[in-house]
Amino acid sequence: MSEAADRPDPAPAEPADAIEAPGAAGSALRSAALLGLFTLVFTALMALTQDATREPIRASVEARRLELIAQVLPRADYDNALLEDTVTLPVLPALGLSEPVTVHRARLGGAPVALVFEAQAPDGYSGAVRLLMALRADGTLAGVRVVAHKETPGLGDYIDPAKDRASPKWIAQFAGRDSADGARWTVRKDGGDFAYMTGATISARAVTRAAGRAAAALAPVRDTLFALPAGSSAEPAFR
Amino acid sequence: MNADDRALYGDITRKGLWENNTALVQLLGLCPLLAVSTSFVNAVSLSLATVLVMALSGGTVAALRTLIPHEIRIPVFILIIAALVTCLDLAFNAWLHDLYLVLGIFIPLIVTNCIVLARVEAFAAKNSPLAAAWDGAAMGVGLLWVLALLGSLRELVGAGTLFGGIDMVIPGAHALQVFGEHYRGLLIAILPPGAFIFLGLLVAARNAWVARAQARASRPPAAAVSA
Repeated sequence: MSEAADRPDPAPAEPADAIEAPGAAGSALRSAALLGLFTLVFTALMALTQDATREPIRASVEARRLELIAQVLPRADYDNALLEDTVTLPVLPALGLSEPVTVHRARLGGAPVALVFEAQAPDGYSGAVRLLMALRADGTLAGVRVVAHKETPGLGDYIDPAKDRASPKWIAQFAGRDSADGARWTVRKDGGDFAYMTGATISARAVTRAAGRAAAALAPVRDTLFALPAGSSAEPAFR
Repeated sequence: MNADDRALYGDITRKGLWENNTALVQLLGLCPLLAVSTSFVNAVSLSLATVLVMALSGGTVAALRTLIPHEIRIPVFILIIAALVTCLDLAFNAWLHDLYLVLGIFIPLIVTNCIVLARVEAFAAKNSPLAAAWDGAAMGVGLLWVLALLGSLRELVGAGTLFGGIDMVIPGAHALQVFGEHYRGLLIAILPPGAFIFLGLLVAARNAWVARAQARASRPPAAAVSA
């Protein structure tokens, strides 16, 4: 190995700089040009990498999305291209999100199966809790998952099944609930139907109420939502 | 590999893992360290990504060191590190997506870790590519063992578990319930102050160890003189 030869290199270039001082302007120009060259080369490297990775990344993001949806709606329940069969909801207060929400429409042999969409609980213990929900064509919920939250670790985070140590998971009780049962959509402490953990009621209450609100808002218009052409806006359903 | 090289690489390894440990001695790059060391799995994941970035950037800078003018070296180093991390991030996302889901959030975080720039400036700019890559890896592994220990301690005290979240890395594996189902956890260990407290304890333990080793090393000659 030849590394030993160039290893001792204690004072890099400093004396040389001092000698070059008279031509300082030239040296500055040379540095600027070199810096520009380095920027060009490494930007090109990043651009090439981005180009080469664009397609695989798109594919894996899509696969990840389908995996997430599979947690609220089993894959065997539908056979259409869920990510393409969508309508866009206008901003609805009941969904708790400030941007338009995309609804995926699951179908089996062309028949409506479920609507998959995101909603948000604005009133978690430490900020908003983002939910992914699936509402079946018969008006019951197929499932709810917490996709993003900032609840206290070890206390309120049992709403996230990955952190929930109970069995069955707290979030599992949403499956099969009827969206028409308005008043029952809160924790038992408030007279509702949902279990919660003592000492961390706020997180559970926020999620249950938000899920109830969102389900109640979309259930009445579900037939219209299924009938709209793919890719269209769902504005007409809410007139 | 001749004896000289072996001495050099041994020296780099020893400095990276213990004598010049980034977390316990240099106390550099603590920001991501403290944020991420809430559990063993998180801590090890961040460190692994750091090992990779440090080895890669050290090697690249060392290979280009004769081309980089001394007065603009810092912007060029930053450019190289940022470009490498970006490429690594994209490549992981595209071709190692499962691993990316675990390490992904940590990779961009590494750019903010000043230890990478510090090693590039202090070592890679003056040494051969192989030695610089080795130095980066050794520094990274030094970070890894301290972070793993810190993460384990915080997780153990804070949640009563070990290896929580391991199922993200190894599907089907489970966290260990060390103190049993009923341990409620000491929340402060997982919150940011816990990171400072436990890091302080680790630094103190290392200092005590070093002080004792030095005292022991200096005692035999003294005894010989008095005899």
